[in-house]
This record gives sequence, structure tokens and C-alpha cells, in this order.
Amino acid sequence: MLSTLHSPRSLSRFPLHLTSSVKPRAASASSLSDYPPSPPLPVAQSPGGAPASQILTIRRSLLSGSVTATQLAESYLSRLRLTEPQLNSFIHVSDSVLKSAQEIDDKIAKGGGEALGPLAGVMVGVKDNICTVDMPSTGGSRILENYRPPFDATAVKRLKEKGGIVVGKTNLDEFGMGSTTEGSGFQVTANPWDLGRVPGGSSGGSASAVSARQCVVSLGSDTGGSVRQPASFCGVVGLKPTYGRVSRFGLMAYASSLDVIGCLGTSVADVGIFLNAISGHDKFDATSSKQEVPDFESLFASINLLESKPLSGLKVGLIRETLDDGVDSGVKSAINAAVLHMQELGCIVNEVSLSSFSLGLPAYYILASSESSSNLSRYDGVRYGKQTVSDELNALYADSRASGFGPEVKMRILMGTYALSAGYYDAYYKRAQQVRTLIRESFKTALDSNDILISPAAPSVAYEMGEKKNDPLSMYAGDIMTVNVNLAGLPALVVPCGFVEGGPSGLPVGLQMIGAAFHEEKLLKIGHLFEQTLQGCRFVPPLVADDPTWE
Amino acid sequence: MASTLFRNVIQAQPLFLNSSALLRKMNGVLYCTMKSTSHSHTQTATEERQQQQQQKSPQKIKVPPQKQMNEVSRIGADYEAVIGIETHVQLSTLTKAFCSCPYSYGAQPNTCICPVCMGLPGALPVLNSKVIECAVKLALALNCRLSFSSKFDRKQYFYPDLPKGYQISQFDIPIATGGSIDLDLPLEFGGGHRRFGITRIHMEEDAGKLMHSGNGSYSQVDLNRAGVPLLEIVSEPDMRTGIEASEYAAELQRVVRYLGVSNGNMQEGSLRCDVNVSIRPIGQPEFGTKVEIKNLNSFSSINRAIDFEISRQVNLHSQGQQDSIVQETRLWEEGAQKTVTMRKKEGLADYRYFPEPDLPEVVLTKDYVDSVGKSLPELPEAKRRRYEEMGLSMQDVLFLANDIAVADFFDATIQKGADVKLAANWIMGDIAAYLKNEKLSIIDIKLVPHELAELIASIKSGTISGKIGKEILFELLAKGGTVKGLIEEKDLVQITDLGDIEKMVDKVIAENPKQLEQYRSGKTKLQGYFAGQVMKASKGKANPGILNKLLVEKLNAKV
Ligand SMILES: [Zn+2]
Repeated sequence: MLSTLHSPRSLSRFPLHLTSSVKPRAASASSLSDYPPSPPLPVAQSPGGAPASQILTIRRSLLSGSVTATQLAESYLSRLRLTEPQLNSFIHVSDSVLKSAQEIDDKIAKGGGEALGPLAGVMVGVKDNICTVDMPSTGGSRILENYRPPFDATAVKRLKEKGGIVVGKTNLDEFGMGSTTEGSGFQVTANPWDLGRVPGGSSGGSASAVSARQCVVSLGSDTGGSVRQPASFCGVVGLKPTYGRVSRFGLMAYASSLDVIGCLGTSVADVGIFLNAISGHDKFDATSSKQEVPDFESLFASINLLESKPLSGLKVGLIRETLDDGVDSGVKSAINAAVLHMQELGCIVNEVSLSSFSLGLPAYYILASSESSSNLSRYDGVRYGKQTVSDELNALYADSRASGFGPEVKMRILMGTYALSAGYYDAYYKRAQQVRTLIRESFKTALDSNDILISPAAPSVAYEMGEKKNDPLSMYAGDIMTVNVNLAGLPALVVPCGFVEGGPSGLPVGLQMIGAAFHEEKLLKIGHLFEQTLQGCRFVPPLVADDPTWE
Repeated sequence: MASTLFRNVIQAQPLFLNSSALLRKMNGVLYCTMKSTSHSHTQTATEERQQQQQQKSPQKIKVPPQKQMNEVSRIGADYEAVIGIETHVQLSTLTKAFCSCPYSYGAQPNTCICPVCMGLPGALPVLNSKVIECAVKLALALNCRLSFSSKFDRKQYFYPDLPKGYQISQFDIPIATGGSIDLDLPLEFGGGHRRFGITRIHMEEDAGKLMHSGNGSYSQVDLNRAGVPLLEIVSEPDMRTGIEASEYAAELQRVVRYLGVSNGNMQEGSLRCDVNVSIRPIGQPEFGTKVEIKNLNSFSSINRAIDFEISRQVNLHSQGQQDSIVQETRLWEEGAQKTVTMRKKEGLADYRYFPEPDLPEVVLTKDYVDSVGKSLPELPEAKRRRYEEMGLSMQDVLFLANDIAVADFFDATIQKGADVKLAANWIMGDIAAYLKNEKLSIIDIKLVPHELAELIASIKSGTISGKIGKEILFELLAKGGTVKGLIEEKDLVQITDLGDIEKMVDKVIAENPKQLEQYRSGKTKLQGYFAGQVMKASKGKANPGILNKLLVEKLNAKV
């Protein structure tokens, strides 16, 4: 029997709340009318489990002088040192964290507290496929071992300008290609909820680091679900912004038309504040949008948690195809409970069908592989990165790439090269583009009649290490929930919504909320209310919950 | 701002970023190595021809154009050549196509580079809107249809001068298609007007350059040129002879120079032509096997390479060896004056084109195109037709319209009311000679069109003599100033007053009694002597007509 809603640890630490009166449903629970009408939520007292914004707490503490940025940095660094040997979230840890923290303290000491940026003193993990000027940036690939870019990615530049401190570079599947982070050329990252499981991928290091409170927030990248699936696996909040919302300048391209830099954090508010800091048009990325970036922070302040039905009348479409066979029953149960919770908040939840949904996965793998085969051509050993000694040009190319790239990357380059070859282009690339258009249209239709769409973030909870290693097709199938969103270029927020039994204290499940293009604000508002009113779930992994330095 | 920062970071590193960016030379020859020329003056086709005709260096094998023509036309009795040209024009925008690096020809290797044009991880291209403007200008000038929505594509292949492993280009939807170009063949090649079709124009970026070590054991990469914007212009296979092809290229050069989109300099590689040549027996509708010729660094090499290639193919064909004409790329060897095999085509290269996802579609509005259209200058063809209508000879027309600076000077001069033919003569005669001697361009001289018009008017009105006019001209060319000022300053106004001239004549006759005696005794040749003396006395200002008339009267007067 599954304990879908709560981890055993949460059970032991916090009083169980009554929302668990909903019994786990069988796999066929497709009709929402099966659910009994839910009792109003007792939201008056925010329960201890609701995550508070670390960013806002840090800012308040710094301004009040109750803690210094250096003390904060030291506490995160000491936890990092403690947990990192088991987790391996980071490929590189910065040696200038304390120096940056000291600069913030100096500023405060000089009375410049008012001028502190919104991310002052916030420890940020940066996925290693995002360029940083003062640290190696490898993309998780041996071909870029020890490569140091001469510039910061725009997202990194912006977060630094706002006071954020980059803790280090987080592990990932090589160039973002994978769903377990086992595809890293350097190390395997563990899931803080169960060290024998993967953190998901490809932003596994970023999710694991945030989950284990090695940093406050982190940057990930999401081409087919690489922020959202690891957020789900690690029990953190993950946001994939609208394509073009965040500049891709400095993100090592995997599939340029799908790649988005995303945010991970332990609360929706943190993710929203972080997104605001890194968003906006960038003259160095022609695909970055000129859409105005709303101030998400004021949004969280204005949300009234005391209202009994704060989301009254909000139309939510549950994507029917995401609860088909192939989705773990525990995940389905958690999602069904989340649906119930949303109804309790006043949402009107209806099932919607996206007829082209199942076509997304093959279309995605063709398009992403095609673009990656081109994007990875620059890693040729001529100008930078790994170069094998050769006395002939073709051997230089072949040997450098053969020894620099890992097997998954090679496979995708081969697939993509094939799909773009003369005579196959129409059958593969062109058809996949047509499917993409269909998917975009079907999302548009669904979002015309719904405020948001919801689905699981992944069909299962975190895999055991090695489980998918020799079964790429099954790993690819795990991306079914997320790839369609990238093809449509829409924003999606993953919020932890429950647990499935497993590991020492249960394994988290994430709920994916999909919005219309550039409607991140709506997703963040709903996500925040959902998270703040979710009862009895505390998404702090055992690794940290046991650590007395946390909170 | 940011890119400047990047560049500083990079420049701080050694010249070649990766010490091991050295690789063995792979292909025996690299066609795109252009030698730098010491002087910056750029040749036009006409100048090039003039120079050749003057050079009579016997050690060089040079076929005089006329003879070459005869040979080709003799062969042409049985065969017809079909020639198409792909031209790459390097745009003279301030910055590269997709980054903010400036490009200057001949700069130290790897000093005009940034993360974008080096293809560093994470760098993205952003289109320089000037590239579109140049493309639209050229498209309108070549009477093309514009694609109001076009896109960029990636053309993929590996080569060390191509940093990203793909070239950003346009594949199936070029910015312009279906145009034409008009030109007049030079008179020494028989003259005649031609119109050749333009298949398409598309935008793309240039690659870097490989520099091979002296002993060929390694190569180095210079990425200065990587990312410099190019327009590729593909002609229809409409040309039939070498001279038609080289004149096509020369006209393209004129057009891009008139438009100001490129300096069109072939020696620097700003205008590069790859030529496709095939032959077929007259009357055969199908094309023969085409051969591509590269390494054509001047208009005359285009002409000679094609005529050589036509002869080669015709010889093979007429000897029944047409199977030895294979689809290949041949290299023009300037020294040996022949084409040699560079590489045989092994099937069709698969560049795996696909739409460039980093760049949005290129959308043109009608307003934009109209505004660019309005900004176009008068183009060479229109200028030639206008000059022709003014009554100038084709020789004059071709000379004046060849160089936009000269044409502008001429136009400005006649706009100031100068006589058309006289203005043309001054420009093509004394001014051109001066420019040639001093190795100057017409824009470098101190003479302004207004003063040339003034000079012509002053001579026409008789204010100054033609001889004095020339003196003033050289003064104006070298030092500037005004015609009026110089005339006043040097007191050069022609003396036309009968009384004044008569006084001078009388004085000279009175001072030369011996000569007068000789004259009157039959040595009438001495009239010249007397005229010279009077002219000298007048400091060259005496009106020669009046002077001579009076002189003859006085000399022959009955005593
Ligand atoms: Zn550049």
C-alpha cells in the first residue's frame, strides 16, 4: 500500500493533516467527479511545513543585522562540505564565496544596506553548462575539461549584479543530454532523499544542491524537462520560463530552439524572485523577448493566505494523456490529491485532452538531436577544449571528439546528423517541425479555455542509480510529461505535491503547472498558494533534516 | 560594451588561443589565400585593362585580347560555352554580421575577434541590421524580387577556419531572387550591350583564414575574417565568353561601389568570383559537364581562365574525349596561365542545412524597402544611358561611368553649367593624366567641380587662353583655390584690346629691325618669332588671334 501524501519523516515530525482523508486512487482515476467534495482548508494558521522564502528571510536578517552575509555563507559552505562527499552536486566550488560575502557585509557596515541588491547574500548554484568567467565551465563534458570562458552568461551577470553569490558549478548530464545526471563526464550525483537514487537530470546537481540546502537557489537549463524533472525527483520548486524570457547568452547550446535557463529553489517565492533577477531582453540573444518582466516579489506579498478560496473560479485543465498507463500509480495518486487540493482552493479542475501529446516525445528527440548535432560541432579541438595530438586534420577532429564526448552525446549527434541528412530531412526533421506546430496549436486551444494546465512532472519518482543506464528508450520515455512544453515554448512550474513510499523517508512527487506564454506570474501565484496551503508535507530531505545547522 | 570587454580578455592571451591550434596542412592548396597589396588604390576593370595594354613585358606569356577573341570565336563556330558565376561580395559594414567586432583588412591575426565570431561555447549571433540594408540595396539595384520574409540557415561542415562547425547562410529562402544586370562591353572587345540574369542573392558570413607554415608542416588559424558579412550573388548561366564573364564581374564591382556596400576589391578578396564553365555543341539544348574554377583574383584572370578552360574543353570534345571533362573544381594558375585540377567532386556534398534557431526570421516591410529604394544613387547602367543621351561617345561614357567618384565629379561639373564635351575632355585628359602620375583618386585632388566649370567657362568666354587654362588647372589640382582668384592674383586675364596688343606689336617690331628686314626680304617664317616675342611681352595673355592678325598686318605694311 502506498503512502502517497506524506513522507514517514514528515509523519514523525509534524502532525498529520486531514487532507489525507482522500484514499489513494487506482490507476483509472480519470474522472474528477469521483472525488468527494472537499472540506474547506484551515488555512488561517500557516502550518509549519509551508516553505518560507529563504531569499526574503536572508534579506530581512542582513538588514536587521541579526546575521552577516559571511555567517550565512559560512553556514551554507559548512553544510556543503558536510553533504558534498555523499551528493557530488558540484563539479566546482568557488573559492571566492567568503570574499563576496565580506563585500556585502562591508557595504552594510558602510550604511549601504538600502542599496543591497534583491539577491544580496543569496548563495546560488549554477549549472555547469552556463558560463562563468571566474570558474571552469565544462558542460559536464570531458571535451571542455578545465575550460574557462572569458565571459559570464547574461543570467549569471545579472544575478551577480543583484548581489547573488555563485557557490559553484553544479553537475549535469553532459551538455544537458540525459535525465539522471549519470551522463556527466565527471561524477554521479546522488539524490538527497535517497543516496542510492539519481537526482534526475539533466540539472541534477542544481536540484540536489537546492534540495540539500547547499545553496539557496540554483540555475538550471531546461531543453526537454531538465529543470522540472529533477525538481520533482528532489522535492524542490523548479521553473521553466517561457522560451525567450531569460537570455540564453552564455548557456552552452544543446537544442537552441528549446533551451531555456530555469530556476530551482525551495519555495515558489524564491524561484519567482530569482526569475525576476535574471529575466528580460538581452541584446546578445536575438531570441530573448522584449516582454516586460513583472515584479513577482510584490505578487507574493499581496497574496491573501487567509482567504478561504483564494483561487476561486480559476480554470485548471488536467491533461488526460499524462495519467495514462505508464505513469506510476503512486505518482497518479499524488497528482489526484493535488487536484483535490486545488479544488479546495477554489479551482475548477477539468480534464483536457491534447490529441498530439504522444507525438511530442519522438518529435522532441528528432529536433533536439538535430540541433545538438549542429551545436556540438564547435567542439572540434581546434580553438579550445580537449585536443588529441594528431598529425592529420581529420584524425584531430575524430580523436578529439571521440575521446572528449560521452556515449549519450555521441548517440544524439549521430541521430541528429542522420535526421538532417539529405534524403531524410523531410521524413524526420521537417515532420517533427510539423508536429511541433500541431502541439503548439493544441496547447493554445487548451490554454484559451483554461488558466493553466496541470500534469505530473514525471511519470515516476527518482530512479535508482543505474536503473536507466542501459535503457535509453525508457529514459527518454520519462521525458513524456515535459518535452511538449518545450516544443510549445511555454512556461511551466513544478511544485512538490506529495510523496511516494521509498528511500529512508519517502520520495517526492512534483506537480507541473503549465501556463500561457509569458504568464509566469499566474503560475507563480497559483504555485505559491498551492505550496503555502499544502498540509503535512515538508520537503526537506533526511540528509538536511538531520543536520542541526539547518534552521 | 560587453563585447569590448570580451575582446580584451581574449587579447590578453597569446596570439593563438590554443597553442595546439596548429594542424597539419591537409589540402595541397588553399584557394582563398589572397596576397596583400602594398598600395591601397583599388583597381577597376578598365584600369586593369589599361595597365595591361601598357605593360609590354616580353617575359610574361600574355595573349593580346584581340587574338584571344579570334581564337575563341573560331572554336565558337562549333561549340558554345555556358558560363555562370557565383560572386561573394564582402560588405564594408562597420562591424561583423553577427557580433560587434570591427573588421579591418590586414590587421594582426586574431585581433578582430570575440566569443561570438570565435564560436565559443554559449555565444550567440545577433544580426547586424546593416547587412539587411546592404542586401536590399543590392537586390533593388539588380532588379531582384525581395523575399519579405526570409530566414537564415546553417550550412554544416568541418574546417578549421569555420569556428562553429557551420556557416550561417541562407538556403531555400534567400533574401532576393530573379534579377538582372545590364552592361556595355568595352569597345576594344567589340562593344555591345548585354543583360545577364541574376538567380539569387543571399546573406552569409565569411570564414577565417588558414595560414600555412613555410615548410607546410603545420597551419594556423586567423579568425579576423570569420563572421564578416558577405552577399553571395549567383548569376544565371547566361555568359558565353571570358570577356562577358569578366565584364559581368566588373559591372557587379561598379554596382557595389556605387551603392557603397563594398569596396569590391578583388586583391583583398572583397569581391571573389567562382566561375562555372561548360561547353556544348551548338544546337544542343542540354548543358555539358560543368567545371568550377577558383582562384580568380582579377578581372583579367577571370577572362583568361575561362577562355583557357573553354579551349581545353573544346579540344577534349573535338577529339572525342568529352568523357574526360568531369565535374571538378579547377584552380587558375596565374603563372602558368592554365587551370589545373584542385579536387574532383565526390558525389554531392551534404551540408545538412536546417533553419538557424538562434536568429529570428528576416522580415522586410514595404515601407522599409521603399525607403531603401529611395536612397539608391543613380546606378552605372542609368548613368551610361544618360551620358549617351547627352551625346558623349561610348568611349567617354564607359570611362566616366566606370568609377562613381569620377562620374560624380563629372556630374557636378556639368551641373555647374559646364559644356558636356569639354568637361569630359578635361576629366579624361589632363585630370586623368595628373591622377595617374600622382597615383591619386579624383576624391583626393584639391580641384572642385565648380572651379572646373568656371575654368571651362573662362576659356570659352575668352577670359583666358587655353594654354593659361591648363596652367591654372594644374595649380588648382595641386593647391586648390578659385579660377577667378588665380586669374587675378597672377594677372592672367587675356588681353583682347586691339590698342593694347597693337602697342606691343609695334614695340616688338621696333626692337627687332634686323628680323624685320629679313622678313620683308622673304623670310616669312620669322612671323612665328615675332608672335612669340609679342606673346612673351604680354606674359602669354595676348589673344593669339588678334595678335597674329595685327602682326601680319604690321609686318606686311608698305613702308
Ligand atoms: Zn566578433
